[in-house]
Amino acid sequence: MTRFTFNVNGSDTQVDAPDDMPLLWVLRDLMGLTGSKYGCGIGQCGACTVHLNGEPIRSCLLPVSQIAGQSITTIEGLAQANELHALQEAWIAKDVAQCGYCQSGQIMSAAALLCRNAQPSDADIDVAMAGNYCRCGTYIRIREAIHAAALSVDATAKTGAQS
Amino acid sequence: MTPKNKTALASSISGQTSRRDFLKVTGLVGGGLALAAAAPGWAQDTKKLVGGGDFNAYVQIRPDGRIVIYSGSPEMGQGIKTSLPMIVAEEMGADWDDVIVEQTSEVDTDRYGRQSTGGSYTVYLNWQMMREMGATAREMLISAAAIVMELPREELRAEDSRVRHLLSDRSRSFAELASLAQEQPMPAKADLQFRDREDYRILGTSKSQVDSLQIVMGQGDFGIDTRVPNMLYGSYVKCPAVGGKLVNANIADLKALPGIVDAYKVEGNGDVRELLDGVGIVGTSTWAVFEARKMLNATWDERNANKDSWSAFTAFANQQGNVGAEVLHEQGDVDSALEDPDNTVISSFYEYPYLTHLCLEPMNCTAHYRPGKNGGKDHLEVWLPTQSGPRFQTLAKQRYGLEKDQLTIHVKRMGGSFGRRTSGEYICEAIELSKLSGQPVKLTWSREDSMRHDYFREGGFCRLRGAMTKDGKLAAWEEHTIGTAVNGKPSRWTGVHPSTFPIATSAHARGSLTTYPMDTPSGPWRAPFSNTHAFVSQCFINELAEAGSRDHVELLIEMMGEPRWLEPKTFRAMNTERAIGVIKLAAEKGGWGRVMPAGRGLGIAFYFCHAAHVAELAEVSVDDQGKVTVHKVTAAVDVGPIINRSGALNQVQGSIIDGYSAMAGQKITMEDGRIQQTNLDRYPVLRIDAAPEVDVHFIESDYDPTGLGEPALPPLAAAVANAMYAATGRRVRSMPLLDAGYRV
Repeated sequence: MTRFTFNVNGSDTQVDAPDDMPLLWVLRDLMGLTGSKYGCGIGQCGACTVHLNGEPIRSCLLPVSQIAGQSITTIEGLAQANELHALQEAWIAKDVAQCGYCQSGQIMSAAALLCRNAQPSDADIDVAMAGNYCRCGTYIRIREAIHAAALSVDATAKTGAQS
Repeated sequence: MTPKNKTALASSISGQTSRRDFLKVTGLVGGGLALAAAAPGWAQDTKKLVGGGDFNAYVQIRPDGRIVIYSGSPEMGQGIKTSLPMIVAEEMGADWDDVIVEQTSEVDTDRYGRQSTGGSYTVYLNWQMMREMGATAREMLISAAAIVMELPREELRAEDSRVRHLLSDRSRSFAELASLAQEQPMPAKADLQFRDREDYRILGTSKSQVDSLQIVMGQGDFGIDTRVPNMLYGSYVKCPAVGGKLVNANIADLKALPGIVDAYKVEGNGDVRELLDGVGIVGTSTWAVFEARKMLNATWDERNANKDSWSAFTAFANQQGNVGAEVLHEQGDVDSALEDPDNTVISSFYEYPYLTHLCLEPMNCTAHYRPGKNGGKDHLEVWLPTQSGPRFQTLAKQRYGLEKDQLTIHVKRMGGSFGRRTSGEYICEAIELSKLSGQPVKLTWSREDSMRHDYFREGGFCRLRGAMTKDGKLAAWEEHTIGTAVNGKPSRWTGVHPSTFPIATSAHARGSLTTYPMDTPSGPWRAPFSNTHAFVSQCFINELAEAGSRDHVELLIEMMGEPRWLEPKTFRAMNTERAIGVIKLAAEKGGWGRVMPAGRGLGIAFYFCHAAHVAELAEVSVDDQGKVTVHKVTAAVDVGPIINRSGALNQVQGSIIDGYSAMAGQKITMEDGRIQQTNLDRYPVLRIDAAPEVDVHFIESDYDPTGLGEPALPPLAAAVANAMYAATGRRVRSMPLLDAGYRV
């Protein structure tokens, strides 16, 4: 058992955990942040996706010892300053979810995509989202929601520039 | 500056905010109930419809005007928690933005009705009751308004959460009327009148599901997210071959591991749906108990365990002719048609694999068993993802002798189910661990547990024979299924169903069955039976169309014959006119008959199941390397009036993608009783890049609405296989495609 210090959703956090405990279980079982999901434990399904220093990673495989001193963003921390992320808005507007279990991971992968590519093409989405399974088959709406969020961010930026 | 199109967050989403609250950015208002009196009325004549407070069991108006509508049916992604309350709100005259939907907080079928979901029948079976709940509340509100406004009831109408006077601009809000309204006599059921379809303001529109906000914030109410005070985390290890008895295990070693609180040898009762022998481990995190399993050294007595072999089953099926088949159904004179030298007779052999449910949320249950103190009764509290709370009540009574008053049941949202969460073993395992540890325990199955210990969609084989006359008419249909028998009894999910198409429409048809003993548990998997029968039957109709030089769509329509119900008219019966309607619509919208470029083809399939008539047309290309691309699927669906258009579209899109996912790459095999695919690395799920465009058309016929969780899946594989044949000239008679050398 070691004490680890890292930043989660903007707050510095200390956790006592075994060195090899994956971040997913630190978040879910030790910190009560259950938005990141366990699906397969082998990095195949993407339900556990969180951001490590802004990059999407599979938290079910990442030992907590490797993130000491770094910054984690989970689905619980995606909304900023009391406002939903554009993707969360789009996910609601497009009624993307069915069972909803994979959607935290889907949104986190999409958020990382929009950070580096504000107007992704369908092909960009295919690549960025390839690691996120949806057993219910909501892919069509996931694609629509990413495009819609990209457009709304773009529109907001333009409106802001004019005012 | 805050952009206007941004939605600010309610400060807390611990309770569900209504959409209006959400938009107005108000925080949660205290949840006090103004309407505390016991519900009058129906208590006397229909106890099922009795509410314990407020208007009735399903409707409550809060002092701030928010309208609470309860959802009694478990939510697993089929959208029932949104669609049923929409029916109530429509009849009531509620503004949807004022509505908060809450899951019923108890399992009480006397009060709430079925509280189970499955078979895509939940909409149908609740339609009338939900309308009655809404209409009752509406009439009581109008009665109150008549008193307050001193106007005749006939001049009042409820809409947009207000009762309005039709002859002036006077109106009163539901909130103003609620207190008086709930004291008004409850109207007799027979006197209730329902809104006309053309007046609908909510039904038929698109509503985002009521838990969308929670889901996108990572706050969905899934069972696996349960956390209760003093809770331990549990894991339960069973013999990899179902039925193995536990002989020995290094329990002391496990107890010494970090994060492990205790470990137990557990003796089961031999019932795979209740409790099998196993090693239970409880600890301080899911990770700790999963890690401890790696150190488990257990000896199993496998003398009576599962010895199933998929390869042996396959070999048997391939050698099996029609000898020994038991004829389960025969109509007309099949043999004469098959022996008539003027007819063209063809025969084909089809294969479909075992599949696992693969709910992305693994099986789990949190249980807290409290022994009664000082002679008091024991009490069991469970946090339970299940399709049926009442079924758990039965299990608790039968296995543990617990009465309803000894149970507290929290029905949780399911991260997928597809027929899986109907059994009891993951519940019993959690209960055992709570009893043994004396603490609440959240049992979580690993992905490997979930794939190894499933009730699989069973695999099987089908020999089909058919005869076409010289002028291209179907002369005879024969299907011989080679399926499984569990404990000597043919599986419930295989066999011959005379009410299915095309047996039901054919003058001369025969269905027979040969069984092979398999101990691997099988169970309902999204559209059970139909998901395999549609593949074999609708592909073979395409083969017969070719043998008879017929256009597939024309042959399908001809096979339907005169407009009629194929069984006495019930909502579960197929209607040939509705069938022809969807076949024609899919053909028209999908561009049937277009000349396609080389390597590209169209395929169509129709199927009736779960009270739904569905036709799908697939446009598919296959390149020289065997890479398959499903470009587009056009679906025509008749489930009566649509409740939630967004939800209905989502179900059809999802069913098609799920159906293609299974067809493309999924297959469970077993050898020596051991499942050979235990995680996603060997059981691929379709990824976003392979998802086809889906174009959905509803025929909103005037029958009562039925559900959409399943029926859009079965036709998909046949439509794609038929399109692949059109593209390549090679038949697809087995799934998955990856096994046949294709790439997706």
